[in-house]
Amino acid sequence: MTKSIEVNELVKTFGPTRALDELDLAVATGEVHGFLGPNGSGKSTTIRVLLGLLRADSGRATLLGADPWRDAVALHRRIAYVPGDVNLWPNLTGGEVVDLLGRLRGGLNQRRRADLLERFDLDPTKKGRTYSKGNRQKVALVAALASDAELLILDEPTSGLDPLMEAVFQECIRAVKAEGRTVLLSSHILAEVEALCDTVSIIRLGKTVQSGTLSELRHLTRTTIVAETAEPATGLADLQGVHDLLSEDGRVYFDVDTANLDETLRHLTSFGIRALSSHPPTLEELFLRHYGDTEDGDAEVRQSRGEPASKESAS
Amino acid sequence: MKTLTGTGTLVRLILRRDRIRIPVWLIGLVFFALSSASGVQGLYRSRAELVTAARVVENNPAFIAMNGPAQALDTFGGRAAWEIGAFGLSAVALMSMFLMGRQTRSEEESGRMELVRAAVVGRHAPVTAALTVVAGVNLLLGALVAAGFIALDFPTGGSLVMGGTFAAVGLVFAALTAVTAQVTEHTRGVYGITGALLGVAYVVRAAGDIGNGSLSWLSPIGWAQAARPFAGERWEPLLLAVVVSALLVYVAFALGARRDVGAGLVAQRPGPPVASLGLARPFGLALRLQRAALIGWTVALFLSGLAYGSVGRDIEDLVADSPEMGDILTQTGGNLVDSFFATTTLMLALLASGFSIQSALRLRSEESSGRAEPLLATAISRARWATSHLTVAMVGAAIVVAAGGLGTGISYGISIGELGQVPRLLGASLVHLPAVWVLSGLAIALFGLSPRAAMFAWAALGGSVVVGFFGQLFGFPDWVTELSPFTHSPQVPVADPTIGPLVVLSGLAAGLVALGLWAFGRRDVATT
Repeated sequence: MTKSIEVNELVKTFGPTRALDELDLAVATGEVHGFLGPNGSGKSTTIRVLLGLLRADSGRATLLGADPWRDAVALHRRIAYVPGDVNLWPNLTGGEVVDLLGRLRGGLNQRRRADLLERFDLDPTKKGRTYSKGNRQKVALVAALASDAELLILDEPTSGLDPLMEAVFQECIRAVKAEGRTVLLSSHILAEVEALCDTVSIIRLGKTVQSGTLSELRHLTRTTIVAETAEPATGLADLQGVHDLLSEDGRVYFDVDTANLDETLRHLTSFGIRALSSHPPTLEELFLRHYGDTEDGDAEVRQSRGEPASKESAS
Repeated sequence: MKTLTGTGTLVRLILRRDRIRIPVWLIGLVFFALSSASGVQGLYRSRAELVTAARVVENNPAFIAMNGPAQALDTFGGRAAWEIGAFGLSAVALMSMFLMGRQTRSEEESGRMELVRAAVVGRHAPVTAALTVVAGVNLLLGALVAAGFIALDFPTGGSLVMGGTFAAVGLVFAALTAVTAQVTEHTRGVYGITGALLGVAYVVRAAGDIGNGSLSWLSPIGWAQAARPFAGERWEPLLLAVVVSALLVYVAFALGARRDVGAGLVAQRPGPPVASLGLARPFGLALRLQRAALIGWTVALFLSGLAYGSVGRDIEDLVADSPEMGDILTQTGGNLVDSFFATTTLMLALLASGFSIQSALRLRSEESSGRAEPLLATAISRARWATSHLTVAMVGAAIVVAAGGLGTGISYGISIGELGQVPRLLGASLVHLPAVWVLSGLAIALFGLSPRAAMFAWAALGGSVVVGFFGQLFGFPDWVTELSPFTHSPQVPVADPTIGPLVVLSGLAAGLVALGLWAFGRRDVATT
């Protein structure tokens, strides 16, 4: 499979801050790739390196087979970009900005432009100054989607859109994908990533902490179990791989590592199961696991105290 | 009053935000005033020397047009007040304008005001807080200047009025900026309108001072000079300034109560749904973005030129009447009218540099506002994007400089019935163009090398102004004077144009531009 984006051990520092710390990223041609990470983790910095706006200190970035810094102009003909924070010229109308950006990229599809303006319900005669955040974002989205670019780089493109427009956006991205084009989608809206993305990279503090298809990621992590037992279930806290145990009114709630699922369930059945529900982790949970300082931090604290993983939460 | 709730907190916020900026302005202006004053004490050793120097000024309308009426120039105090003159007072007005604009419309335009106004803050609190701070700064400035003059052994009464003139002009322009900040939505517009009114105030008083003086009463700078520091002080004109300031504040409040947060008084109209063909290239965008500024500066320079040109004939009349003309002719070594125009074309060129620097720095403001980012993510190279704004800056500078020369030539030519003056004075103006380009080039070089330092291009202009007009007074060594590119422009029409310096200056400008473009191509694009 050819790669549209390939980033290896990318480092970018701003003074004392190490914004990207040997970051890796790979996006295959034709896929929609979710790019997740908490605020300030380096998503926008990565994107700006990919656009040749920032110069990496070390590491390698390849975009559509070329160097994003050296071949910026040639590459930009094949790319459409939506910035996270869209700033428009106060005295230019939305329509003018769409045309301007399209022409500077090397042309835009007029029929698609008209269609997108209608679907996104955007008034092209209003001046930049008067647009709301969501509408400014729509201007940038229309400009990007009206192009024939083979790679779309979208930096939190929907953070200001309403649910109706979010749906329109998802339709558009599916259409882009159906045409075999590639999308790098940085987003905080996990439902959107779950709905659109084939593969996901999660980054934190400038490093990639998890990367793969959604199902792979799920497999690597924990399953959430809720069980009602005839007798009170005991001894769960001592089992390996059980986390965040909570028991209440004859029910137990916990997460279990995929590797320990089998033995944990066997232990549980010995108390007589009356009801059982289990679900794979939602992206939200995956996300929190990699984002939150609490998860890793707490585990470390517990370990250093020599306590089992989840004693406090068992009541 | 509920509309003023929160003013105290906002005053503290402004003082915190401008804790560097305010002292810098104060130190700069006080230093300028006091070094001018002590410069006068050092330059003239006796009363007799002052009398001789006074005669030169009294007989030269160019000097009067530049600095102000000749009032008690045979005293050290009067001479010092005149040297500081309309230029020093204009600098105070600029301080008030920038401090006010920054805390009012600029805050609204950025959206931060919305956050502040959503807190427990009255409608008029932000503008009141800004006025409180800026008025306080002006009063402090006045007090410091007065104290400094007294410390330099100038008469106490005159020193106090001298300080009062600084405070009065500052107050009027603070209040005026409070009004213009209500009218237009953009900070740029606030500075444009207020700056233009300052220009009008300067030129109107120049015309008044040369004529019978009545026009000077239309200008706040004229009021300050009518207070006659060290020349039989009068406090009434300063009182007039205070009354007018109060009226302007009232107008600002009334306008502020009628409009929405973030809005101006002029409603937005819908624009074209599609871009014209002009917008298909970066240059078209740069031109569109800078069009208003270019037109504004061109008109302003043309009108200033008209005003200076119209004075030329008065000088001729004066020459005919004055028995002392012979002396002065030998002193200046040429035609008095020509030396007047050599001075005014230099002034106009320095003014035009304001456009050329502002225009070149548009690159920086486009970059720091994040608007350059989507453009540079299209198939436009950095060099091409930068060149688009540069072209507007360089060609625009030529247009603005030419407008000043044309205005001067047309009004002078018509008044003496000799249209041959038009190309002559146009040429005299254009001689300064390479020096103006050097300042644009410096702005580009700084933008490329160290974007945060780009604003220092303005300091270079400030330095050129000081060298051009106060070099003799401060007695700078030659190497300091020669730092200003304008020092190297031939003094046409007094001297003959020489091609050498123009080629060197143009080459220097081109070199600076090339350096800036090269450095910009290699650095990170600053993102927010």
